[in-house]
Amino acid sequence: MSSALSPRTEQLRAIIRKHKRWDAAFGVLGLLAMMVGVLTLAALFSSMAIDGIPRLTGDFFTSFPSRRAGQAGILSAWVGSILVMLVTAFFAVPVGIAGAVYLEEYAKKNWFTDVIEINITNLAGVPSIVYGLLALGLFVYAFGLGQSILTAGLTLALLILPIVIVTTRESLRAIPQQVREGAYACGATQWQVVKDHLLPYGTPGILTGVIIALSRAIGETAPIITIGALTFIAFLPPVPFAGEPAAGLFDWLFSPFTVMPIQIFNWTSRPDPAFQQNAAAASFVLVFMTLGMNGLAIWLRYRLRKNIKW
Amino acid sequence: MTATITLPDNPPVLKAESKNLDFYYGSFKALKDVSMPVFEHKVTALIGPSGCGKSTYLRCFNRMHDLYPGNRYDGSIHLHPDDVDVLHSSVDPIEVRMRVSMVFQKPNPFPKSIFENTVYGLRVRGERSRSFLEDKAESALKGAALWGEVKDRLDEVAVNLSGGQQQRLCIARALATDPEILLFDEPTSALDPIATGSIEELIGAIKNKVTILIVTHNMQQAARVSDYVAYMYLGELIEFGATRDIFMKPRRRETEDYITGRFG
Repeated sequence: MSSALSPRTEQLRAIIRKHKRWDAAFGVLGLLAMMVGVLTLAALFSSMAIDGIPRLTGDFFTSFPSRRAGQAGILSAWVGSILVMLVTAFFAVPVGIAGAVYLEEYAKKNWFTDVIEINITNLAGVPSIVYGLLALGLFVYAFGLGQSILTAGLTLALLILPIVIVTTRESLRAIPQQVREGAYACGATQWQVVKDHLLPYGTPGILTGVIIALSRAIGETAPIITIGALTFIAFLPPVPFAGEPAAGLFDWLFSPFTVMPIQIFNWTSRPDPAFQQNAAAASFVLVFMTLGMNGLAIWLRYRLRKNIKW
Repeated sequence: MTATITLPDNPPVLKAESKNLDFYYGSFKALKDVSMPVFEHKVTALIGPSGCGKSTYLRCFNRMHDLYPGNRYDGSIHLHPDDVDVLHSSVDPIEVRMRVSMVFQKPNPFPKSIFENTVYGLRVRGERSRSFLEDKAESALKGAALWGEVKDRLDEVAVNLSGGQQQRLCIARALATDPEILLFDEPTSALDPIATGSIEELIGAIKNKVTILIVTHNMQQAARVSDYVAYMYLGELIEFGATRDIFMKPRRRETEDYITGRFG
């Protein structure tokens, strides 16, 4: 068969062979590039896991930090992280969604809203320490909220607000215009369209955005240090209506606190290798918290999108 | 050039009437001085080549253009019997849309249940009574010839229906609120011939309850479903008359060229 090939076919095959070499070359190059990222992460994660996992006993989660590495735990840190996240979500989610709905559906499109839009996108890229400084001046000193869970929650809420707004707008924009027209044609007001259609259909995307934003916030260290979170907390915030005298419903908001990344930072900076082990174990927990949140986001999006098609 | 309007000797009751209607998308004048009657319980078809303004004209009747900035109406559309000018700035577009329903080119059911889709127009009017909504849903779905196919699965998601069923659901949604006029914007252009046939049949069946305005690209469809035809070209109404007259003996040369396929 090969003897019968015409010069034209031979020529084509030579060209293709030459081009395929570049194909293969790029395939190898791309694989190497990807491996740099994946292997580095895998190495980091496994070294952390090897150091940390032996420390992951029940006591580690239920003990306060201690001078002795073997008895130290992350109780105040994980409780603090969760409480701060609650406050962050409480402020960032409604404000972010409302802002996004306004910008996307209500605001007239003019130079003013263009400026706001550009600014919000830029805010998402402002270094987090800047938010910390802002919060120190505003919440701690001007409003006198102290170095409290409330201050931390508000600071992180500001930090993730642009992310919530941007992702909410994106998920609203993904809803086809013909669905809006269908609702308006039924005689719906703008608010009815928002509440009956846009928010329900946008929920998967909005939730994903919120959770991704929160998983960024839970790892933030710089702004929390700036507002003066303590690194050694051997007590929990007051539980409402418990204790003597009974704590108020909102007393916990004004309690000093620590969070996971600060606890990790604190342990890492100590010379004793046993504390390094604690840091690795706590990092392992923190990574799982963020992975868990991301996993939840993926699952929610999958669940909620099943019945939303256009 | 003014439009050639041929009215029958005993014209039916007037349901609506546009008078000297101009429409602008920004600075582009999309409709030029369109004056035309819409007769009660008749089907009026709007035909003409793409870009002639027939959809633009249709969407004036429920003020759909108000949803987008930069659009402007000039002239009036009077809705009878109370002679309300639906384009007047003192009339809320929501009031107009509650009287004039619309069915779109591409079926656009909401990603909700079949039941909730059907009664959405009643929900926005604040209707809460379950039994009332159920009665209305049943009669609207029957009116849209969909009841038999969906009566056992009203709680299922509407987006799983076939294209033709979705479009009939959209018709049911529009009918549930007892509109005075029903606007169809090329309702069958996204459907297969069988689904198209059932929609056309439906249009014939519901016209004793509601006045119908339909935009169509398909001249056979216009001939099959309509009682009156308006031929538009470049934003102007060229000719209006009874369907039979327009297709058999058009008065204007432009109309004849278009319907005989010499143009467009």
